[in-house]
Amino acid sequence: MNFFHFIRHNGDQILAATLEHLWLVGASMFIAIVVGVPLGIVVTRKRWLGKPILGTASVAETIPSLALFGFLLPVPWLGARADRLAIFALALYALLPIIRNTVAGISGVDPGVREAALAMGMTQNQILLKVELPLASSYLIAGIRVATVLTIGIATIAAAIGAGGLGEFIFRGLAMVNDQLIFAGALPAAILALLADFLLGRLEHRLRFAT
Amino acid sequence: MIEFRDVDYRLNGNNAPSSSAAKSGNSRTHNADGKVILDRLNLQIASGETFVLLGRSGSGKTTALRLVNRLLEPTSGAVLVSQRATTDWDPVALRRGIGYVIQDAGLFPHYTVEQNIAVAPRLENWPEDRIYARIEELLNLVGLQSAEFAARYPRELSGGQRQRVGVARALAADPKILLMDEPFGALDPITRAEIQKEFLALQKRLRKTVVFVTHDTREALYLGNRIGLMEGGRLVNVFTPEQFLHETSGAAAKYLAALQIGEPGSA
Repeated sequence: MNFFHFIRHNGDQILAATLEHLWLVGASMFIAIVVGVPLGIVVTRKRWLGKPILGTASVAETIPSLALFGFLLPVPWLGARADRLAIFALALYALLPIIRNTVAGISGVDPGVREAALAMGMTQNQILLKVELPLASSYLIAGIRVATVLTIGIATIAAAIGAGGLGEFIFRGLAMVNDQLIFAGALPAAILALLADFLLGRLEHRLRFAT
Repeated sequence: MIEFRDVDYRLNGNNAPSSSAAKSGNSRTHNADGKVILDRLNLQIASGETFVLLGRSGSGKTTALRLVNRLLEPTSGAVLVSQRATTDWDPVALRRGIGYVIQDAGLFPHYTVEQNIAVAPRLENWPEDRIYARIEELLNLVGLQSAEFAARYPRELSGGQRQRVGVARALAADPKILLMDEPFGALDPITRAEIQKEFLALQKRLRKTVVFVTHDTREALYLGNRIGLMEGGRLVNVFTPEQFLHETSGAAAKYLAALQIGEPGSA
């Protein structure tokens, strides 16, 4: 049975695993954005918080993912459900590029433009929403793009703790020494990563051109 | 209309009103750590006059300007706008009544020309039809065809056009006061001469209270009703252009001498 046969016969399973994978990635990216962008904004407002916040996110980034999943297993509530734990851990990995790019994007706004906004009588919130965030948007998307591609890859490891996703095939394939199974997980994951990279890259380019 | 009363401004005097004002701080006012930037400045600027602050880099003229719209706050003394200390004003309300033009215009790169001009009126919640009428009027005033320029982005404009839009934007909500920080400094000499002439004609009609910062003696003489000469954080003297031209000794004479020697380039 060649690979294409395999895919045809296990299409449903692969599709289900892909959707599971997308759920892990989507949910963790949502959390990472909702937490990371405000943290990045805070860093641009209170510079002294930059080191602790970025430092913590950097440390999280260095923990091997398999170990992180393991460490988190005994944590109450979080460890109770595998996908919950996986989403938390993946969000942790996605945080650093998002925070870093938010800071870089806002810091990169021309001081003359910020000063003009202030001098025109904009409040800090108006400056943030109407000037800084729009001008930083291409950086923000670039950070989200890096984080998404990263997360799609790392999410395959979440299968090790039973969180599902395309990693299921890979781990099963490894256990059974079955290349086709490994491919059935790896190929869709690679396609997802390329697709995310391409689409977010286009968005990033459009936003950069618009500013 | 604008009055400086014994104004001192020192760095690290804990006098930035908010972190963002300090952050967006002009490098010129921040490169001399711990130094006295303004030293007992006393000055009254009358309604409707164009007052030029002339001086070399680091003389404190930009700092003086930024005290007026409370981008900075005095270390001691007071800056009064409409008889009220800037520190007693709500900064947002104060700034909405003051137009501000800087070098390179500080236009929002993600806004079109008309969106840039509409910023202050929108902040003031003008009705849309009034805003559009105002945009039309202002673009005419600064000599730009609205059909051609309204929908352009700042990057699609020349330096002179950008500066014209900057002036239009500053005038949009019809402020009584206009602060201009070397607004024409980055323009080529011919465009600069054109735009100076236009500004003079505009000011004759509008009679705003203008505080104009420059290091260009010619520009000061051409545009100012009065010229305040600044050196090392002090206001050396205040002249009319006539008086300035007839100075034979002292600081003003030095500027005139430099003008003679430096004949080909005025900036």
